[in-house]
Amino acid sequence: MALLHLLLAQAAADPTKGLTAIGRGIVYGGAAIGPGIGIGLVVGNAITAMARQPESAGTVRTTMFLGIAFTEALALFGFVLAFIISG
Amino acid sequence: MAAQEPVVPLVEREVALDIVKHGFMVAPLVLLVSGVRGWAGVASAVIALGIVLVNFLAAAAIMTRAAKSGPTAIGAAALGGYVLRLAVILVALVVLRHQPWIDLPTLGFVIVGTHLGLLVWEMKYVSLTLAAPGLKPARPGPSGDQ
Repeated sequence: MALLHLLLAQAAADPTKGLTAIGRGIVYGGAAIGPGIGIGLVVGNAITAMARQPESAGTVRTTMFLGIAFTEALALFGFVLAFIISG
Repeated sequence: MAAQEPVVPLVEREVALDIVKHGFMVAPLVLLVSGVRGWAGVASAVIALGIVLVNFLAAAAIMTRAAKSGPTAIGAAALGGYVLRLAVILVALVVLRHQPWIDLPTLGFVIVGTHLGLLVWEMKYVSLTLAAPGLKPARPGPSGDQ
């Protein structure tokens, strides 16, 4: 109860601070979920391709590595944006 | 008689080392442009470049190590490595954001810009050399052979 009073008092003092934190959390979380799904798809399909054609594993792994890095760039976008908007 | 496993080169390491090489090539230009924001910009650009290049090297090291264990390990390493590397980048940003010698917008833009720029550069390069992924083809000899 005391914690709730403390939170309410802080929110009343500076509501934008709390809203900024919530917004940062949404941006940060959204930026991590999307690439996580994307990397899962990239890796899953790469493993399927390697299982079907083991001789092409080198090519598949190269493409997979670059695909993962490209997908990860989305997460970096979100992280950086979250930090920049919060100042 | 068991079928012989094809020998796969360490493609991730080759690609990552190539990206790092390109990173060092563009570093002077990035630092020069970041210098517009003063010494804080230059310091931020150096740290951002370091984060990006270490991130690529860490990804390659994790994937190469996992590839020796099999495809299942690749899947686990890719997703686990993603979480781990993002956590490290997050901690780095949290620690650095309130430092007086850090320019946060420069840090952010250099991280995103160099990450994407180096990837596009490498993508163009790899697409030309898919026969030998990540490796520059040998220059033809005088007789025209490779």
